[in-house]
Amino acid sequence: MKEKEKKMCSEDKAVLEVLENIDQTVETVFDRAQNMKCCPIGSSVSGICCKNCAMGPCRIRDDKVGLCGATLATIAARNLARHIAVGAAAHSDHGRDMAMLLKEVAEGKAEGLRIKDEEKLLRFARNLGIKTEDREVKEIALDAANKALALFGQQEGEIDFISLAPKKRQEIWRKNKIVPRGIDREVVETLHRTHMGVDQDPENILDHALRNALSDGWGGSMIGTEITDIIFNTPEALPAKTNLGMLSEKDVNLVVHGHEPTLSEVIADLADDKKLVEYAKSKGAQGINVVGICCTANEVLMRQGVAPIGNFLSQELAIMTGSVDAMVVDIQCIMQSLAEVVKKYHTKLITSSPKCKIPGATHVPFEDRKIYDTAREIIKMAIDNYSNRKDVKIPNITSDLVAGFSHEYIRYMLGGRFRQSLRPLNDGIIDGRIQGVVAIVGCNNARHVQDKYHNYLTKEFIKRDYLVVQTGCGAISSAKCGMLMPEAYELAGDGLKSICEAVGIPPVLHLGSCVDNSRILTVVSEVLAEGGLGEDVSDLPAAGIAPEWMSEKALSIGAYFAASGVYVLFGGEPIPVISSQEVVNIMTEGWDKKYGGKLEYVPDVEQILEKVINHIQAKRKALKIDVKKERVLFDMEARRELGNV
Amino acid sequence: MSKIIATSAIKGAHSIVGQAEEQLNKTIEEKGENQILEFPDTGYYLPIIYSMTGIKVEKLGDCKEVIEEAKKLLPPVPSEKIWIPYLGGTLDAGIATLWAEEIIEAIKYIDDPIPVGGIWLGAAADLIIRERGIEFVDGTAPGFAACVGAASSNEMAVKIARELQEKSIYVFMTGSTNGVSMAEQLAQEGVELGWDTRLVPFGKDITSTIYPLGFAARAAMSFGGVQPGDFRRMLMYNKDRVFAFVLALGEVDEAKYANAAGAINYGFPTIANTNIPEILPRGVCTYEHVVSNIPEEEIVSKAIEVRGLKITVEKVDVPVPFGPAFEGERVRKENTYVEFGGNKGPAVELLVMTDSSEVEDGKIEVIGPEVDDVEEGTVMPLGIFVEVSGRKMQEDFEPVMERQIHYFLNYPSGIFHMGQRDISWIRFSKDAVNNGFKVKHIGTVLHAKMHADFGSIIDKVQVKLYTNPEDVQALIGRAGKIFKARDERMGSLTDERVDTFYSCTLCQSFAPNHACVVSPERPGLCGAYNWLDCRAANEINPTGPNQPIQKGDTLDDNLGVWKGVNQYIYKASNQNLESFSAYSMIVDPMTSCGCFEVICTILPSTNGVMAVNREYTGMTPSGMKFSTIAGMVGGGIQTPGFIGISKFFITSKKFIKADGGLKRLAWMPRELKEEIGDAIEERAQELGLENFLDKIATEEDAQTEEEVLQWMEKVGHPALEMEPMMQ
Repeated sequence: MKEKEKKMCSEDKAVLEVLENIDQTVETVFDRAQNMKCCPIGSSVSGICCKNCAMGPCRIRDDKVGLCGATLATIAARNLARHIAVGAAAHSDHGRDMAMLLKEVAEGKAEGLRIKDEEKLLRFARNLGIKTEDREVKEIALDAANKALALFGQQEGEIDFISLAPKKRQEIWRKNKIVPRGIDREVVETLHRTHMGVDQDPENILDHALRNALSDGWGGSMIGTEITDIIFNTPEALPAKTNLGMLSEKDVNLVVHGHEPTLSEVIADLADDKKLVEYAKSKGAQGINVVGICCTANEVLMRQGVAPIGNFLSQELAIMTGSVDAMVVDIQCIMQSLAEVVKKYHTKLITSSPKCKIPGATHVPFEDRKIYDTAREIIKMAIDNYSNRKDVKIPNITSDLVAGFSHEYIRYMLGGRFRQSLRPLNDGIIDGRIQGVVAIVGCNNARHVQDKYHNYLTKEFIKRDYLVVQTGCGAISSAKCGMLMPEAYELAGDGLKSICEAVGIPPVLHLGSCVDNSRILTVVSEVLAEGGLGEDVSDLPAAGIAPEWMSEKALSIGAYFAASGVYVLFGGEPIPVISSQEVVNIMTEGWDKKYGGKLEYVPDVEQILEKVINHIQAKRKALKIDVKKERVLFDMEARRELGNV
Repeated sequence: MSKIIATSAIKGAHSIVGQAEEQLNKTIEEKGENQILEFPDTGYYLPIIYSMTGIKVEKLGDCKEVIEEAKKLLPPVPSEKIWIPYLGGTLDAGIATLWAEEIIEAIKYIDDPIPVGGIWLGAAADLIIRERGIEFVDGTAPGFAACVGAASSNEMAVKIARELQEKSIYVFMTGSTNGVSMAEQLAQEGVELGWDTRLVPFGKDITSTIYPLGFAARAAMSFGGVQPGDFRRMLMYNKDRVFAFVLALGEVDEAKYANAAGAINYGFPTIANTNIPEILPRGVCTYEHVVSNIPEEEIVSKAIEVRGLKITVEKVDVPVPFGPAFEGERVRKENTYVEFGGNKGPAVELLVMTDSSEVEDGKIEVIGPEVDDVEEGTVMPLGIFVEVSGRKMQEDFEPVMERQIHYFLNYPSGIFHMGQRDISWIRFSKDAVNNGFKVKHIGTVLHAKMHADFGSIIDKVQVKLYTNPEDVQALIGRAGKIFKARDERMGSLTDERVDTFYSCTLCQSFAPNHACVVSPERPGLCGAYNWLDCRAANEINPTGPNQPIQKGDTLDDNLGVWKGVNQYIYKASNQNLESFSAYSMIVDPMTSCGCFEVICTILPSTNGVMAVNREYTGMTPSGMKFSTIAGMVGGGIQTPGFIGISKFFITSKKFIKADGGLKRLAWMPRELKEEIGDAIEERAQELGLENFLDKIATEEDAQTEEEVLQWMEKVGHPALEMEPMMQ
């Protein structure tokens, strides 16, 4: 790769430094992105492809139809629905595993694990309609786990967490018949509907796709987040460091990568285990350094302050520092190329989930019951590999950050133990100190400069007094460029700055992994319940952006936010429907009319910025908070009218 | 920058909690864990701790748990760089500070029942909270200012105090700046301090800031129906209903920051006259949290704006400060320039409605000598004759308005008024006269205040002030006839004769679940609003807190249950109560806000009841002090066997009529018995009870329920022969 081309790979200086250091014969995702162009039909830039039956694949453009007569719009809608189903399945299956784990914890079968946040368990159980008074924690946990598991196989009615959404939103869903009945059922039905010769009405297909997405956001993902908090603790703000510079020359480096928290939480927990540390010392290392990549990193960052050394596009580069003694991967967003990369470096690549095996990697399956044994085994493998290090070149680049903003913590930080609430946030928005809330989330995409859009948009929004909330790889982008440091308030506009200073927060809040986008749904519902900003999600001055998206999970997230009433914009690569104006219209004007939210592809970041600002300002106007109001002063009569507190 | 505040407050909190723990351990070592620990005359233990945690601190040992909780609340001091959010932790540190300070202050009461000396008052009894409560409820006192430290000069301290007084805001003073406190500054300038003038010096130590905040916690429990331990409601109640703020005068040190953080939890912002950092975004408080660098000249009006308080002050053109806060000022004999009435000479006040053509609005005549015509120390006769007219004026409103003369004439600083009708007594202080206050200003005050308070029923007010003995005698003669006619009319006004009662939801600013039903024979439980008052108030403000209630069909004559009243109660109680009996304390009794003058409680084994007035701080035969019973009865809950009432109601024909009436009354404090003894005697005679007053026991006769029973058997109390109260 040429110098200039390297610069076009990433905004992350650590990544660029590794690219600079490596042997030209090692291929990375960045090289492949240069060498292989995107399929214009698969990406829907130029027509669309249907391969749902063996009469095809049919390539369709304009008003041509497939052999069966399927139109461009139908095929586009079907393809998108399938992507959403896969994304939803990924999150929800993760959620299911967490529910299974909760069951084992409740039954005392998960060695070393226990319920860490009992209060949250009680709330979770009550939301599932389980009696909590005068009962043992374990009994409640078991009932909650069983009920959560039952939601996956539920066939009728509504999944319970729907009731946590604002009332008006629930009515909208019911009116349009898109309330998820069961989590798995909606995925299966998507697959059925998109089989050859079933649902051929694009709008109808996409309505179901939204129902499927909702079963992720308000179902599988929410279960995943809630249970992870229950077992491993609800995050609270904590300081940490990020980037490749957090790899250590003198310690055994073990990178956890993927999306599941369970094994990685235990590995992180064992990093200072005396025996293991002794063992590491016996092998010439000083200690054990556990760090992470992708959302597994976010999980252990949020709860234990473990350093995320990079996001999606950094995974190969970490190994290329020559310092990673073992990389243990679980599920989702793991590049198969890792197995090729490790051939040239000493790193031991370990797969741990039966759902994700990679030829060339060592598979160390972990069963929940022997989780500590498995974790020890993996750590030992890393220690044993320490002495095999050859050429180590770690970029000396790190950034500080503060993470851990669970929705519970956000309430706490705004009022302490006794006055916790979202009132100061709502008041900040009403007063215009915060113009609106923008969620900048989602992946990296090697077809665009790593982190560039994330960071540009984040900087531009905070400068204009928009509070930015983040999850997943987007959050790690901001972390790497210092925007998750509380000191970054200096980059914010005066209004947002005043809130940051009052509370002591960075202008960009890290809410967790991509499954934790469900936290944003909870915050949004609670903001509405707090009052003063309308009755429905679609009233809020807020928007969601996935500027560097690449995964099907991102499509599911985008869809459930749109179905929940949020304006969602995807940047970078197109949503694979853009060649059908009909489908684009359904997802924008159509959904906006029906659901008050929409999902739109906007390739230009400047345009994203403008559209979001216009949208939020229009919402502010509708709420009549666009102009500064006279301060309300209370006399006795006004106090009597306050009603009960 | 708020981080500086957070850092200072958290440091201050660590130090104060440490200090409390040290003192606690030391005192436990000396006195043991079982040493009693309490503030005087309160049923709310250490009120901030009690309201927030439900822990009843009664002994030194009980504090250990509190200290442990307080320590858990203390966050680390925010780091220089990469700090974690500090607002939540700072607020927690503020609460830890208040808990620790309550322990420190309460320990002072172990060795000395009055540990504060000089001008300082220390802990306030529940009685004061309840007495003052009504002022907070009806808006006479819109809030309080916790003034911490000292003003830049004595003169400025007086200016701030006067400005707050004129806006009717209570001034609670604690702490000091460079060894000087605002209260001392006022005392040096000869300003009268105390609850009566609303200038309350609690204590010179910063730790005494818990007294104002404990006052607020007690208000929430006694008026807001907040259950101990329900910290969120206690704090939200204060944020929404108690309009208080902190004035930080002079340098703000770590301890003061820690206390300010505690106050912010209540929604009470801090306004400082020094250049400290600010916290402007709102959310915990209604508006800004900390506002600084406000010149002392502007600090009061800025504080009112920051707290979100609306105060309308009528400007009355008199040459002395004016406002309800001066109501409690005394004018001692040696300070008196001239006085009227009392038992030293004739004085009378009369208000009548007159035909509009005979009233010239604003006309004030002094007929006879003025104050500057007489020498210092003179006693002058005085006849105050107020004539009003207006399309909505009714004869029934005359006594309602006339009764206000007493309050209005106490509003000018340096003027003292007592009594009413032909037993009124007025003093002008030397200061007031030196400042130019004259007899004619009585007219100025009455004209302005009558218009301000009764503007919607009257159009014109004129005042004649007679200071010649013969004119005064003539007015007394004329007034006598009118008073007699009015009394007869009042006496004939019964519940049966009217078809409309009035609601009183004045207290819903404080007690959102309670509504009084006021009938001619049952005044509001605070004693301040009778049926005529409510009727007049409804005329003045038709959408205000006094609404007519059509009685509707009588459902139970004996219990006093009406269909229309029940419908009203159902609505007013937010569907909590379906039925209400006006004449029973057993079956669906009336709820209370907390402002009751007296609580009537059943003494089951005696077949009788006791009545205890809020001034009585001793133990009652029910086994509870007034404060404790009040805690059970206030806040809008129906508690069978308990009712909160006015003193007047005891001698009403309708007093627990369905339960047997006055005949049940077996015990009351001596003070109350003396106060309403004549009326009881009179009512007893109507009932045909011989020597009934003597058969009512006081604390001197019986202190337990058993002793009351023995007393009743000894004197042959008629309740013993009645049917059991509870079936």
